[in-house]
Amino acid sequence: MLESSLEDRQREQRLVRTRALVSGAFVLLGVGAILMRLFHLQLERHDHFTVLSTENRVKIQPVPPNRGLIFDAKGIVLAENHPSFSLAIMIEKVDDLNATIAELRHLIPIEESDLARFERLKRQRMRFQPVPIRQNLTPEEVARFAVDGHRFPGVEVQAELIRTYPQGLLTAHVLGYVGRINEKELARIDKGNYAGTNFIGKSGVELAHEDVLHGKVGHQQVEVNARGRILRTLSSTPPAPGQDLYLYLDIGLQRAATAALGESRGAIVAIDPRSGGVLALVSTPSFDPNLFVEGISQSNYNALLYSPDKPLYNRAIRGQYPPGSTIKPFVGLGGLSLGFITPRKTTYCPGYFSLPGQKHRFRCWRRGGHGTVDLEQSIVESCDVYFYWLANQMGVDKLHGFLAEFGFGERTGVDVSGELPGLLPSRDWKERVRNQPWYPGETLIMGIGQGYFLATPMQLAAATAALANKGRLIQPRLAYARRVPGADTATVFPMMSRQISITNSGDWDITIENMAKVVESQRGTGKRIRSNDYRIAGKTGTSQVFTIGQKERYDATKISELLRDHALFIAFAPVEDPRIAVAVLVENGGSGGATAAPIARRVIDAYLGGTPLPEVPTEVVDGD
Amino acid sequence: MAINPLDSRFNWQVDAPENGWLRRLHIDAPLMTGLLALCGFGLVVLYSAGDHEWIVIERQVIRLGMAFAFMLAIAQIHSRQLKRWSLALYGFGVLMLIAVLIVGDIGKGAQRWLDFGIVRFQPSEILKLAVPMTVAWVLSRQRLPPRWPSLLLAAILTMIPVGLIAKQPDLGTSLLVVSAGITVLFIAGLSWRMITGLAAIAGAVAPVVWMNMHGYQRARVLTFMNPEADPLGTGYHIIQSQIAIGSGGLSGKGWLHGTQSHLEFLPERHTDFIFAVIGEEFGFTGIVALMVIYLFIIGRGLMIAARAQDNYERLLAGGLTLVFFIYLFVNTGMVTGLLPVVGVPLPLISYGGTSMVTLMAGFGMLMSIETHRAKQ
Repeated sequence: MLESSLEDRQREQRLVRTRALVSGAFVLLGVGAILMRLFHLQLERHDHFTVLSTENRVKIQPVPPNRGLIFDAKGIVLAENHPSFSLAIMIEKVDDLNATIAELRHLIPIEESDLARFERLKRQRMRFQPVPIRQNLTPEEVARFAVDGHRFPGVEVQAELIRTYPQGLLTAHVLGYVGRINEKELARIDKGNYAGTNFIGKSGVELAHEDVLHGKVGHQQVEVNARGRILRTLSSTPPAPGQDLYLYLDIGLQRAATAALGESRGAIVAIDPRSGGVLALVSTPSFDPNLFVEGISQSNYNALLYSPDKPLYNRAIRGQYPPGSTIKPFVGLGGLSLGFITPRKTTYCPGYFSLPGQKHRFRCWRRGGHGTVDLEQSIVESCDVYFYWLANQMGVDKLHGFLAEFGFGERTGVDVSGELPGLLPSRDWKERVRNQPWYPGETLIMGIGQGYFLATPMQLAAATAALANKGRLIQPRLAYARRVPGADTATVFPMMSRQISITNSGDWDITIENMAKVVESQRGTGKRIRSNDYRIAGKTGTSQVFTIGQKERYDATKISELLRDHALFIAFAPVEDPRIAVAVLVENGGSGGATAAPIARRVIDAYLGGTPLPEVPTEVVDGD
Repeated sequence: MAINPLDSRFNWQVDAPENGWLRRLHIDAPLMTGLLALCGFGLVVLYSAGDHEWIVIERQVIRLGMAFAFMLAIAQIHSRQLKRWSLALYGFGVLMLIAVLIVGDIGKGAQRWLDFGIVRFQPSEILKLAVPMTVAWVLSRQRLPPRWPSLLLAAILTMIPVGLIAKQPDLGTSLLVVSAGITVLFIAGLSWRMITGLAAIAGAVAPVVWMNMHGYQRARVLTFMNPEADPLGTGYHIIQSQIAIGSGGLSGKGWLHGTQSHLEFLPERHTDFIFAVIGEEFGFTGIVALMVIYLFIIGRGLMIAARAQDNYERLLAGGLTLVFFIYLFVNTGMVTGLLPVVGVPLPLISYGGTSMVTLMAGFGMLMSIETHRAKQ
């Protein structure tokens, strides 16, 4: 306890008493100010407000805008709005909810599943907002309620536009879906603009382009009688409807790519290197987004959530995998452009590589070794030792710096919500996150796309497109243009790109030619997808699960399958004038050349010969 | 050497015979009277504002019952205990705030709303009590007025939760929590020079805060400057609530006869804007009556602070009382158009439970401080 004399304590008490008194004065001052204000409003300006109040038969009502539609590159509709009537209850106005519902069921059929959904929506509702209990009322049910509805205070029929996704599973991971606005979103959005709006983009393109798709609320002034019933509309400001989105996505290609993956778990991202437009974005398995719009039932949701194949998981933008050997063309290009190697420079591959003075053997996938190899051979045959050797010369800092130019380790910024950044390890990263120094051995395995290195299929596709473009890295985009419904012009979204600069532009050609030989050479790891119609440049990859899949190890029943390597393939075609760049990933697919490459070939086949730009029904102009 | 009344060896705790059983229950009669009057008034208004729905009243009565019970429970705890628990409660509250932020971040995925809503709990409410308790604890460890080290510690302890709450983002609550810290400092005798300095800093920081505000928060401030610009959003609230209040006049339109309220012109009339319903239906007279009740409660609170026997009690009692006043001032200020619209309810009258329980817990502490007071 503090040593204090009585005098001290008395002084403290006096101080607090004075402050309490001063606070009291402040309180009186504050209340006085409020009362002055009220005096002004209620007495001085009373007549003015009385007039306003009696004339206040005019109510302003929000008129929500219609959500913009989404079209694919060929003008096929991917997301549309269907009118629907639903029966809704304002809980706060209902005395005995259970009795009301029981009574309602005599009038209009309400299933158990409807009730379950109602319970769920009820928990997340905003106060004094009606909660739907039955959707998709038939015209006959609407009429029946119109007759008997007066018996149910607080219950009303609402006309709504419900979002539907006609392509269902095909577009779930691209478009995402909309759902009812919850309290959290309410805190984030402009409440005025969302007055009267019930749905909001929850994921995917629907979320990324929410502002474009939603539009701007309108309002109408209506005259009401003393009971609040609307007598007539006095004036109205129509809403600015949400704009329609025209995507680069080609639903035909999307379907072909989905079919090519078949039953496997995996992802495909196809990009047009000239525009950065995403032609296909597939993650399998998928789910039906229409289930989510009105609130998915718990059993359906659990089935999706706990399925071992993780259908809700968007592998294309959220799946982070070691890129494996698909990184080799990039590392090789780095070696060339930074002067560590020339195309002729060789090293000897005895089947393993050891750091000077160390016993540990970093193995090549071919046990017997490749013998003497140059850059071309080590890309064509995917020699690991060559890239251990090269990575060791470059060192982690240069390796990191060069690969970062291709966008590894950062989000591509594609307009699909929820993208993850992957991981491009560096000395600094390891120091910061792992609190450990960087070991030279880690540089070696980074050179073959293993270790801490993680990339998403989206990043791989964007980087591959940059290779095809000889260094022009374009931010991948789903949306090509937006158009106000009925307008004469559509506005094209701006293209964002940066140039990866290397000293000798011939190094691009060398790299691309090496990748072409992966497919064309007799010894190439991707030789089975060789085409007579056009030249494909590609690179196979096989990424080890063992190093990252710690958790799966304990699932004894699936051990063999879930520990199998991921199969990867990156490619673009035609080599001379690239029109499509693809990244394919098949989880536990085994070898990249055998599993992933044929899938990529099918995607490329399906696309080449397609139209170069999305079809928009009007003239297009450049956006800001 | 005078006998130190703080010394626990001397048990000076004597029940005052004049209000025996109330005192034994640790109820402060004047405060209780004020609170009951206020809540009674609130229920009458709420019946009108809530469209004569009994269910609204029932729910509010249940909430009030629980809040009063909670208040009485807390009143039984001696302030020595409260002091001991201050820091632990604070730590717990801050951890919960961090948890909310982290869970909130993870929840950004597609299935956010399904994980949501089993239990509704706002950790920021804990901090409305824990911050004044902790600041009072810090300052009462040294002689008053507080010196630099304690001041700095108090400021840091206040700003940590304020920052976390502002990040949620909840402007209204962070405002209340920061004022909880400041009021305790003020009661503790923070020098006027320092107060001027703080005001100057606040003025300088304002532009930075503005830069970091969310779009909708800025919109609120802008709408406050020019309500007509946003007739559907907050501007509409302000316009309509002023019409409601102004048309109430001296004596009001009478209970249940407010046209503004009943034709649904007035949004949020049962929650944040209930003050406008009072203004419309009971007029200036009714407002003055209401303010008298509020002033009585606040006056009693300050009196308890002035009569308390150790610094912790004084600071806590003063801080809690002033926060209650700030609730009142911010809410009535925003409804009458003096202040921008921040989501602060009219204390103990607005429909809704979260802030009510916290406020009543605070009054429980005041009652504890008053009724555990040793007789002099």
